[in-house]
Amino acid sequence: MDQLFNRKYIVQGLFIVIALILLGKLFYIQIISDAAFVSAESNVLRKIYKYPARGAILDRHMKVIVQNEPVYDLMVTPNEVKPFDTLALAKALDITVDEVRKNLKKARGKSTYQSTPFLKQISVQSYARLQEMLYRFPGFRTQDRTIRHYPDSVGGQLFGYVKEVDSADIAKSEGFYRPGDYKGKSGIERSYEEILRGEKGVINTVYDAHNTPQGSYADGKYDINAVSGERLISGIDMRIQKLGEELMNNKVGAIVAIEPSSGEVLAFVSSPGYDPNLLVGRSQGNNYMSLIGNPYKPSMVRPIQGRYPPGSSFKPIDALLGLQEGVIDVNTTFNCPGYYMAGNHKVKCEHVDGNISMRRGIARSCNTYFCYVFQKLITRNGMKNQRQTYQDWRDKIAKFGFGQTLDIDLPFEKAGYFYNSDHYDKIYNKRWGYTTVISQAIGQGEITATPLQIANAMAVIANRGYYIKPHLIRAMGDKIKKEYVEKNYVGVDAKYFEPVIDGMQDCVNTSWGTAILSRIPDVVLCGKTGTVQNPHGKNHSVFIGFAPRDNPKIAIAVIVENAGYGSTYAAPIASYMIEKYLKGNISGARASQVEWMKNQNLLPVLKDKTKGIKLTKTDSLSIKKIDSAKRAKDSLRIKSATIKQTVAIKPREFKAIIDDKPVSNK
Amino acid sequence: MQQQQGNRFFFNVDWITVLIYIALCAIGFTNIYASIYNPDKAGVFDFTSSYGKQLIYIITGLILGLSILLFDGRLFNVFSPFIYGGTLVLLLAVLVIGNKVAGNQAWISIGSFKLQPAEFAKFGTALLLARYVGTFNPKFRDLKSILIAALIVGAPLVLIMLQPDTGSALVFLSFMFPLYREGLSGYFLLIFLGMIVLFVADFLVPTYILIIIIVSIAALFIYTNRRKQKIIFSTILVTAFAIGYLFLIKVAYEKVLAPHQRSRIELMLGLKTDNRGAGYNVIQSQIAIGSGQATGRGFLEGTQTKYGYVPEQSTDFIFSTIGEEWGFLGCSVVIGLYIFLLLRLINLAERQRSTFSRVYGYCVACILFFHVFINIGMTIGIIPVIGIPLPLISYGGSSLWSFTILLFIFLKLDSNRMGFF
Repeated sequence: MDQLFNRKYIVQGLFIVIALILLGKLFYIQIISDAAFVSAESNVLRKIYKYPARGAILDRHMKVIVQNEPVYDLMVTPNEVKPFDTLALAKALDITVDEVRKNLKKARGKSTYQSTPFLKQISVQSYARLQEMLYRFPGFRTQDRTIRHYPDSVGGQLFGYVKEVDSADIAKSEGFYRPGDYKGKSGIERSYEEILRGEKGVINTVYDAHNTPQGSYADGKYDINAVSGERLISGIDMRIQKLGEELMNNKVGAIVAIEPSSGEVLAFVSSPGYDPNLLVGRSQGNNYMSLIGNPYKPSMVRPIQGRYPPGSSFKPIDALLGLQEGVIDVNTTFNCPGYYMAGNHKVKCEHVDGNISMRRGIARSCNTYFCYVFQKLITRNGMKNQRQTYQDWRDKIAKFGFGQTLDIDLPFEKAGYFYNSDHYDKIYNKRWGYTTVISQAIGQGEITATPLQIANAMAVIANRGYYIKPHLIRAMGDKIKKEYVEKNYVGVDAKYFEPVIDGMQDCVNTSWGTAILSRIPDVVLCGKTGTVQNPHGKNHSVFIGFAPRDNPKIAIAVIVENAGYGSTYAAPIASYMIEKYLKGNISGARASQVEWMKNQNLLPVLKDKTKGIKLTKTDSLSIKKIDSAKRAKDSLRIKSATIKQTVAIKPREFKAIIDDKPVSNK
Repeated sequence: MQQQQGNRFFFNVDWITVLIYIALCAIGFTNIYASIYNPDKAGVFDFTSSYGKQLIYIITGLILGLSILLFDGRLFNVFSPFIYGGTLVLLLAVLVIGNKVAGNQAWISIGSFKLQPAEFAKFGTALLLARYVGTFNPKFRDLKSILIAALIVGAPLVLIMLQPDTGSALVFLSFMFPLYREGLSGYFLLIFLGMIVLFVADFLVPTYILIIIIVSIAALFIYTNRRKQKIIFSTILVTAFAIGYLFLIKVAYEKVLAPHQRSRIELMLGLKTDNRGAGYNVIQSQIAIGSGQATGRGFLEGTQTKYGYVPEQSTDFIFSTIGEEWGFLGCSVVIGLYIFLLLRLINLAERQRSTFSRVYGYCVACILFFHVFINIGMTIGIIPVIGIPLPLISYGGSSLWSFTILLFIFLKLDSNRMGFF
């Protein structure tokens, strides 16, 4: 009997063991793991997001240049949908009955009990029609949000575009973005995304097991109101931005205008441009593909991504450095027989001027003069030390902003090429000298710069020795970034600038200058033309300048690709921009010249490199500025034949643009 | 003496057990109230609601229990065959005149009141088993006594299986423990345990691997005991039985179990996930319990409870309310109360002088234990869904009264423990 009595302990022990097993599992699911807690919250909580309005952008005269328009997403909760008149809904939305069915099926695939988009960004008209009969479509509701609108229909590359986030954005943001959110993908929209986007609002609603709303969660304690994005004030002057884009119509190139005293960018033209409204709304995707496929590459942001040899516009900088280093003085003359001999290599000059001074050399863009200056600069420490002296020269030029990005407030800025001496050491095995790199004296050869860098160098001259980092946005609310007040000195004394500026003034304002046709009445424009040799085709037309001479208000760089002489196109375009900016309008005979210029078609001929056959020039680049009312329907119209040909031609080059990644210099 | 005479009926009653009983009933009422709480229609004494009804069941249950204490304890011994017979008749009757609810023919309607005979069959069986052991004092060494005990337990079990009510039928396996206490070989428990282990293992591991494992263990066992012929013989027998059983499971699983039972088992073993269908209940129950965390969300504050995410929450899944609103702390208290009650019942049983009382006490403890273990295990996903109530806490009159009767008969027997009969 005693033996059996002990079995009591086995039975009791079993009870205790089982109790401990139960407690162990409870301990795990209640205390160690919080999976159940999270699931419980997601059971009862539904978050409804309120989308904030993106911040507006104003130009320097406080004119709104980027604003918002209300649009409506039609949302559907599939398991609340009852049989409805599909035809009526399709009619109200301007879509087909099949699309209604397709969209409903798609929504069902995402979630049956959660509200998912049925049709995004329906028009105001559709919305108005729908509001009256929405009661006939249970399970549907509208969600209002805003999309961008660009009233002036210019500045496509400048403003960039906003697009629904993709899965990569969501992953990168570590949960900040959710499907359905929008994000700036390029241009100002991208670089100021964090300021423009505002804060999303959330309304937490409790739902029971039958998916019936049971009111707000914790009396709205965790609800958040949407906060609109902050307003940005840009330095852009929309009047000249618009004029610039019109002047560059049917031309390829860029204009950058900077206010020298502040570094604010006044105009930022990339041509061919496009209407930024094309990349808003439902036809965004199609329009984007058309832009990408366009042979003239409108998706390229030429002012910061186009790399051009600076050409003759580099000569004033040569002169400044020569003066600073003491290898020339104001009165130094060189003899120009129409060429310069660099060893046994001949650098041609356009003129035969005989003995020529610096002032006249700049005004007449004498290649010979500046080859001599370069020769003196590089050999000033003896022939043996040319390589080191070249590096010293290179570093001093770089202070003007060449060979490096200027950190403008836009994404994907490129630096341009400007090689250090070890680059040549590698190529020439350390056996090289000024004659090897003589083309750099006149801004040709291996040096390239972006239009922004060239305009910035002009701002340095206008400021007599320093620049402020060029930037597009001057203020966010009241905040001005500190780096935008700091003066970057280039190491050339102010006194050396006046003689150089004399030459630039003569260039425009005397009978022997190269840009005399671009004189502006009552304004002293100082400038320099450039005719940049282009290994791929016709020369680029370049003009740099600033005005007025005293207390300059605007510094500008204009590049028109494949347009020939700088004086023919780039210089007049710059003069119209400056006159418009300084005076508000272009007067007299020049007004009709502006119209003439707008109508010039300088688009380069498209070549099929693989076959070596010249294709005919397209008669017009039909990236029309489309009336904003029409734009929802219209897509970018480019002759389909052109697209087919050219896409086939240069896939590699297009890829670089599509990638949207800054390409490094090396 | 005079005073003792006045308290004759309640003399020697173990009031601690009564207190735990009342505490568990109160916990039940509170949580049933929370489970079906509706802020628009609050009121503790709304007798059309479940908690109102439960309050009536508790009060009548208490009256029932106290009136049991008025009986002479000997009556239960004497009448046990009739009580057992009566419950068998009810079990037969329910198969004929019972109402089908959710596929189970388990209820007999008497007016507006519904009776569940399976609940009462438990104490009928317990009484007769106690009477058999108490009268004949078998040591379960011979086949005859084992068969008689199996018959007493098996008859109601088979009738319940016919309803079919697998949950209640499983509870009858708890009678193995009293028999074990009275001398049934421990091997029966081990074999039973082995069968469960093999059943589970058969789902998780391919059958041939299981056979290899069994055979190698057997071979090792035979090798170490190679001089003892009897052991070698029984080992071979057990091995053959185990392998046969493995194949039997496969067939039985497909043929005997209903599809919903199969999916419950597969869900529990993690072989299948179905959060919207068959697995919904268990998943939601675990979410509710887990979200209670250490101290719970507070009374009437559980969102899963309040917004009806756990089906059957006031009956079989009442533990999820406790878990959500009272947290790990509340769960520990409830489990602690049960374990305290169970251990106390065993101790009380052991102090009985009569075998009848002792066996009956063990039966009560073990029936309660099975209910608690299976019910809580089911709500936290370590046991497949088996629809049996949590004793004294789940909503329902039949269940509450049958546990009350079960428990108070034992308390009466215990108060008479010094007597001879």
